[in-house]
Amino acid sequence: MNQEKKTPFYDKHLKLDAKIVNFAGFLMPISYEGINAEHLQVRKSVGVFDVSHMGEFNVEGENALEYLQKLTINDVSALINDQVQYTAMCYDNGGIVDDLLLYRFNENKFLMVVNGSNIEKDFQWAKDHLIKGVELKNDSDQIGLLAIQGPNSLKTLQKLTNVNLSDIDFYHFTEGKLAGIDMIISRTGYTGELGFELYHDISFSEKLWNDIFEAGEEYDIKPVGLGSRDTLRMEMKYCLYGNDIDKTTNPIEAGLSWITKLNCGDFVGKDALLKVKKEKLNRRLVIFKVEGRRIARHGYKIFVGDEEVGVVTSGTQSPSLKEGIGIGYVKRGHTKSGNEIEIDIRGKRYKAIIVKPPVVDSSPF
Amino acid sequence: MNYPDNLKYSEDHEWIKIDGNIATIGITEFAQGELGDVVFIELPEVDDEINENEPFGTIEAVKTVSDMLSPLSGKVMEVNESLNDKPETINSDPYEKGWIIKIEFSDKSELKNLMDSKSYKEFVGK
Repeated sequence: MNQEKKTPFYDKHLKLDAKIVNFAGFLMPISYEGINAEHLQVRKSVGVFDVSHMGEFNVEGENALEYLQKLTINDVSALINDQVQYTAMCYDNGGIVDDLLLYRFNENKFLMVVNGSNIEKDFQWAKDHLIKGVELKNDSDQIGLLAIQGPNSLKTLQKLTNVNLSDIDFYHFTEGKLAGIDMIISRTGYTGELGFELYHDISFSEKLWNDIFEAGEEYDIKPVGLGSRDTLRMEMKYCLYGNDIDKTTNPIEAGLSWITKLNCGDFVGKDALLKVKKEKLNRRLVIFKVEGRRIARHGYKIFVGDEEVGVVTSGTQSPSLKEGIGIGYVKRGHTKSGNEIEIDIRGKRYKAIIVKPPVVDSSPF
Repeated sequence: MNYPDNLKYSEDHEWIKIDGNIATIGITEFAQGELGDVVFIELPEVDDEINENEPFGTIEAVKTVSDMLSPLSGKVMEVNESLNDKPETINSDPYEKGWIIKIEFSDKSELKNLMDSKSYKEFVGK
């Protein structure tokens, strides 16, 4: 990717002396003061993530619901107004195009929120499947997105709005004013903590950032980079596209059966997924703890005895536990929690134990 | 960024403190910043022979893992065992408590490949 895009918060990151990397074509902050400190900040108080690289597609028209039911794997008809749904788009062979959030404003108006790294691919895919009576628009460049996450997120944001934030249920949203700015206030996140995501027009980004940091001062609010976003989501075993899921993995083996609704209506990839469901799964995505302090990283092989049984897709040292954790695909017969596996870390084998997610005692509900 | 004047520096971002024929080796403030939070360090054993530009250990940070290349050849005299429990010392105090190994170096001519503080500062551009 030649072009390096900047989010509306880029100058803020520079001023804060963030470590900046090119992520999915965007110059994004990986960390400010350090991944561990930022991670614990979110678990214990409140942190602010610039996630404006995410893509937003507006879907409108009398056939919007029918269109999205065909395009995505979850049951769109189950969504009510002001509700958000975690879902995915699949290829005909069941491989994953992307995972996404779907917002329903009313039966004729929805918003798709996709991964920043997949915006162009996803938009093309959505366009290729467009039907009459639906208008699809890529608003990604106009929309700024901040995620405010942590146990003190609600108290921080409540100071800035008349909307009663406690009334917004998990995976619901409301349109309202916050810091005097019209926005979508969404009770969602990627951390496993109480939190909100604020979709707003980029012309108001700077004011929003400033007001949030002022409101959060008493909670020692801090900016948090993508590095901690990654370690936080790993502790919850939330999938990351490009690491744990991609076009070579299907949602069933990735543990996303709960969003794959095979008994209601036709969608792209359904036949392939029905077949997967009928046959026994070859492998399943698991989370494990690694003994010692080494990190099992993406691509490292997993063994049981002499048999290679899988591959690591994500790994880190959990900043909460100070233990190595990882996510990976493991062959059928070895996927139960409590099972012992071995990870080949640069030529040496290290013991790991499959566990039940999440690895931290945390809940966003 | 701080690069003390009394140290020598390698292109692999290590600092070297020379004391007679003993060299203490650690990583620079720049290097620890680039790595981010260090979570584990694999150290050589005392008495191991190590060679210039060859790996003598690995340093594991949350985001990445990298080999540490020895700036000098010689024999390992001491390793900083406290890093086993507190690898994050490399981030917080890279030049003092965060030292990594002490070696008895065997080839004085290798010293001329090292930079002084000023040259290293120019080298990293920060």
